Amino acid sequence: MEELLKTPLHARQQELKTKNVSFCGWDMPIQFDGIIAEHGYCRNGVALFDTSHMGEFFFKGDIKTSGINEATSVNIDALAVGKCKYGFLLNDQGGVIDDLIVYRLSEDELMIVVNAATSKLDLETLNARITNATLIDKSLEYAKLDVQGPKSKEILEKYFDVDLDALQFFSFVQTKVFDSDCLLSRTGYTGELGFELYIDNETSVKLWDALLADGANPAGLGARDILRLEMGYSLYGNDLSEDITPLEANLEKFVNLKRDYVGKDALAKQKKEGLQRILLPFITTTRRSARKDFEVYQNDKKIGFVTSAAFSPILNKGIGLAMVDTSTYDENAQIQLRDNRGSLDANITTLPFINK
Amino acid sequence: MKKYNEEHEWVEVNGDIATVGISAYAVEQLGDITFLELPEMDAEVSMGDSVAFIESVKAASDIYTPISGDVCEINEALLDTPEVLNEDAQGNFIFKLKVSNADELDSLMSEDAYKNFVDSL
Repeated sequence: MEELLKTPLHARQQELKTKNVSFCGWDMPIQFDGIIAEHGYCRNGVALFDTSHMGEFFFKGDIKTSGINEATSVNIDALAVGKCKYGFLLNDQGGVIDDLIVYRLSEDELMIVVNAATSKLDLETLNARITNATLIDKSLEYAKLDVQGPKSKEILEKYFDVDLDALQFFSFVQTKVFDSDCLLSRTGYTGELGFELYIDNETSVKLWDALLADGANPAGLGARDILRLEMGYSLYGNDLSEDITPLEANLEKFVNLKRDYVGKDALAKQKKEGLQRILLPFITTTRRSARKDFEVYQNDKKIGFVTSAAFSPILNKGIGLAMVDTSTYDENAQIQLRDNRGSLDANITTLPFINK
Repeated sequence: MKKYNEEHEWVEVNGDIATVGISAYAVEQLGDITFLELPEMDAEVSMGDSVAFIESVKAASDIYTPISGDVCEINEALLDTPEVLNEDAQGNFIFKLKVSNADELDSLMSEDAYKNFVDSL
């Protein structure tokens, strides 16, 4: 087996009571104090996530002529410097190679943040779609800390010479922390007020120590998964894949079908012909949760499968996303989620599961 | 005195009543417990049967009865607050049985034997 990669904070995390998992080639903490406790830190206080496994690519070139504007679903040309946008790297069939965030650093410079699992293919695919431009993978040079929760602003304020209140959602500034460069972004994967900090590896350790000393609570991938699912945010590999289009994933609001980019024709065709299947949110009737890959039944007929599921500590119910066949789905009937152990009842609902 | 099976259930017998729960080790492995399904009252169960079901934020697992008997009490308070098992797994029972074959106890592990078993995992 290939040796797992470690983030610059790995040694620090091992000093705490942590459980680790292998995640996309990285040895990452799934929990520190406990998944439900960490979920609460983020919803009520401030949680600190190490997401240094994420990939960071740096682009330099002409946005209009290099091909980068057609390489993903993001209309970079219309993105102001200091803004970032969520979108997709699609294949010709409209399937999702990865979901990503594009940061407009300057007129001709971008940072593209991708998932760890797909970063190699992302880089190859993007490079094949651009000319007269450079795209460099700096993932291993960059650490990433997500500071999320209603108290995130309070705890970060003293470290930055930036008016954090003025920073709009999906905006960022290139600033300094501990005299080192830091890209500070008002984004996150939790639905809470929060910031994502892109910094060098060495500075990440200093900042980790400082924020923990200030009372931030470390949180792992387990809590992160529940937090994102409560908001209905997609997880690549579960709710999105090369076989699932953004339309099927119920993410049409993130794709502009009036603009040209790789995969757009397939999406337009799919929209015109009508979706065969669509991702819908469900909530179970008890505290029991489904798991990924449970089968979805309705009126005793199999109509789909679960792509993500978790227990929501806020709702005290199981929540999740299921890919269902549009032709057989009956919006007035309950669904059953089944595995070899049995069946649990659930109702289709709307996103987000919780109001923020 | 508690005895244990390899599926991490504990049992404590007083007279002809066996009290059954899951071990602190099992709970530690499961993490935050979110859901519990109890056995049916009066059900006749045999040693090793899957009689209940427990779910955590990370995993789901069957609960196997460490001894045979008839279910005579179930801890219904756990249905709404299964998280108390995270706080004290050894002190919160899951169900009680009227023991049908007390000799089965001899095949279970003592506290020390179970500790060694867990250390070997």
